[in-house]
Amino acid sequence: MKYYITDNQNTAISLSEIPEVEYAALYEDLKERLADSSYHVAHYFACPEENRLKFYLILLNDAEHKVMVSSFAMEYYDDIALPSLSALHPQMHPFEREITELYNVEFDSMPWNKPLRFPYNRRNQNSTMDNYPFYTIEGDSLHEVNVGPIHAGIIEPGAFRFICNGENVLHLEIALGYQHRGVENEFTSTTNRLRQTLLAESIAGDSAVSHAVAFTMATEKLMGIHNENLNIERTIALELERMAMHIADTGALCTDVAYQLGQVACEALRTVTINTTQAWCGNRFGKGLIRPCGTNKPLTAEKIDMIRKNIAEVRRRYNEVKEDIESSPTILARFEQCGLVPKAEMLRIGGVGMASRASGAKRDIRSSHPYAAYAQHIDHQMVTMRDGDVMSRLMVRCQEVLQSADYIEQLLANYTPSSLPRPDYTTTLQSEKLSIGLIEGWRGEICHVAITDKEGAIVTYKVKDPSLHNWLGLAIAVRSEGISDFPINNKSFNLSYCGHDL
Amino acid sequence: MIFPKIKVLHSHGWQYIPNLNEVELTEEFKGRPILTTTADMRDVEAAAELCPTKAISAQPFTLDLGRCLFCGECALRAPQNIQFTNDYKIGSASREALVIKPGDKRVEFCPDQVREVIYKMFGRALKLRQVSAAGDASVEMELNASGNVNFDFGRYGVEFVASPRHADGVVITGPISQNMAEALEICYQSIPEPKLVIVCGSEACSGGLFSESKAINREFLNKYKVELWLP
Repeated sequence: MKYYITDNQNTAISLSEIPEVEYAALYEDLKERLADSSYHVAHYFACPEENRLKFYLILLNDAEHKVMVSSFAMEYYDDIALPSLSALHPQMHPFEREITELYNVEFDSMPWNKPLRFPYNRRNQNSTMDNYPFYTIEGDSLHEVNVGPIHAGIIEPGAFRFICNGENVLHLEIALGYQHRGVENEFTSTTNRLRQTLLAESIAGDSAVSHAVAFTMATEKLMGIHNENLNIERTIALELERMAMHIADTGALCTDVAYQLGQVACEALRTVTINTTQAWCGNRFGKGLIRPCGTNKPLTAEKIDMIRKNIAEVRRRYNEVKEDIESSPTILARFEQCGLVPKAEMLRIGGVGMASRASGAKRDIRSSHPYAAYAQHIDHQMVTMRDGDVMSRLMVRCQEVLQSADYIEQLLANYTPSSLPRPDYTTTLQSEKLSIGLIEGWRGEICHVAITDKEGAIVTYKVKDPSLHNWLGLAIAVRSEGISDFPINNKSFNLSYCGHDL
Repeated sequence: MIFPKIKVLHSHGWQYIPNLNEVELTEEFKGRPILTTTADMRDVEAAAELCPTKAISAQPFTLDLGRCLFCGECALRAPQNIQFTNDYKIGSASREALVIKPGDKRVEFCPDQVREVIYKMFGRALKLRQVSAAGDASVEMELNASGNVNFDFGRYGVEFVASPRHADGVVITGPISQNMAEALEICYQSIPEPKLVIVCGSEACSGGLFSESKAINREFLNKYKVELWLP
């Protein structure tokens, strides 16, 4: 089958160069390729194009570092059900569910044909949050536990339904959509690029830098702009965000096993880390730091010193917490062999990011599809674990915090601040192109896709947060675990609700 | 094992901030802006045009903190007219007080606007139920951080509780999505009287970037009185 083949650093792709194939060909091709773990789908979506519904597929080849793009189209009134790919490769389920929800396209023998996020523009307005078709199992010895949408703590909403046999979870189903804000439509309903940038920053507040970098990557490719030093500063911001969130999650895991020392130590270390980001750009989440084509907050010699000093301190103290966790039998007893997601299962459901690496899957865009400073200045060594339990997910975090600190130090030690360009919100984007922003956020793979029209306006903007894949991983992790272990499993994944619901 | 714990404890030291009022925020932090009218207001018009949430009005010259996302781009576009200070005390009992006018030196918090019963009932302890209604998790994480080892909000008797039945009020974050509207309503109804409503973050105050989105439903705020607006 025909693909347009590129990598993660090339420019935007002309729409006319993207092959258009028959669905049957695409189906046969993916059927075979997705059985090979070096391939996975970064995005697969439909969008109206003139009088047709156009489908774009973005397939990643990790082994050869390639990005492969193809498409097919159907008439709006075509009344044929397409054979479902989810039936063969469950990793396709969120994509097919989204297409069905938005455009009423049916996928034949789709095994999990359920609403994805109840967007305001869904075709079936009778399908609402209140009638989500939860899976049920009959049996006198079983009971159901419903949690949410509002949870006990200060977190985002989502509905979790457990089917339990005594204390043990047989099945967990997660219904999301409560956080739906219509993000993708807001991108296309404005031409104010500053507004679009801020939208990217608010896709998921804990990944503000990551999503903003994905957005600027996609738009800069549409302007043919590339700035090496800007990329270095962005990489430092990405690694700072990774450190802050991994530390926060280490603390959250400690909280849930009543290990208060680890909790407060991590709270304090996260404060130092995000205050470092604030001292750089004014915001603890890095909002305002990433801007298209330039920056308002270039690094200065003083800021470089401040970051290096703080990061060295955080690294030292965090390592002590890590060593303490590793030497505490009561903590290990809770984390080890709890919430297992074997590698094969993780690959089957299309798991990405740190959670997949904890199961031994080699999924890391920094290695497989290098961009920014990972393409030149950093020889990224992926952190992987074997067991896929809570402990593995914690240990990936622990090692990545130390690794990120090393990367930041390495980049800053060799960095001379230079005058960087100011942001550009006015340059017209290249017309009739498809552009991809593909990066590894702290949680995992983030993929933004922008399509422009004849005038260079963005007509389709698609966002994929790693949570889209990984929520199913959490549901699988808690199977056969005690329901009281749900909190530590949940924290070990720490997935985004708003990133999923958009 | 005890030795690693002693090491952690030793490095951790004393993290508690004794007096939160004396904390100096970094220079880069953007809080309450100061507006200045100049003869030539073209820069302000350009800034108003650029503003992603239409928080700035050039005629008359105002900046609505309830809409502002504190990106600071306006201050770069119109440096003579708009400067951000790092004054973070920008909460108010009235929505109108969040609209900054030229010459304003503080965000007015008028104690008279607070209902009598609130002073009487919630003087020493305030238990709150937080509801995220399409918030992007940044405000939520900051609310969590307010109770952490550094800031220790609990010292003022303020605490976030799990059940609305145990709460004195609700703290809303996010622009309030259609899909959360009913859950928010049910939560509010479950809180015993007297109760209060606090909105936290610019998105909760005005809808922020999503104020025009069809996925948002802000009916709740038309129905119930908001006691505290915190942009």
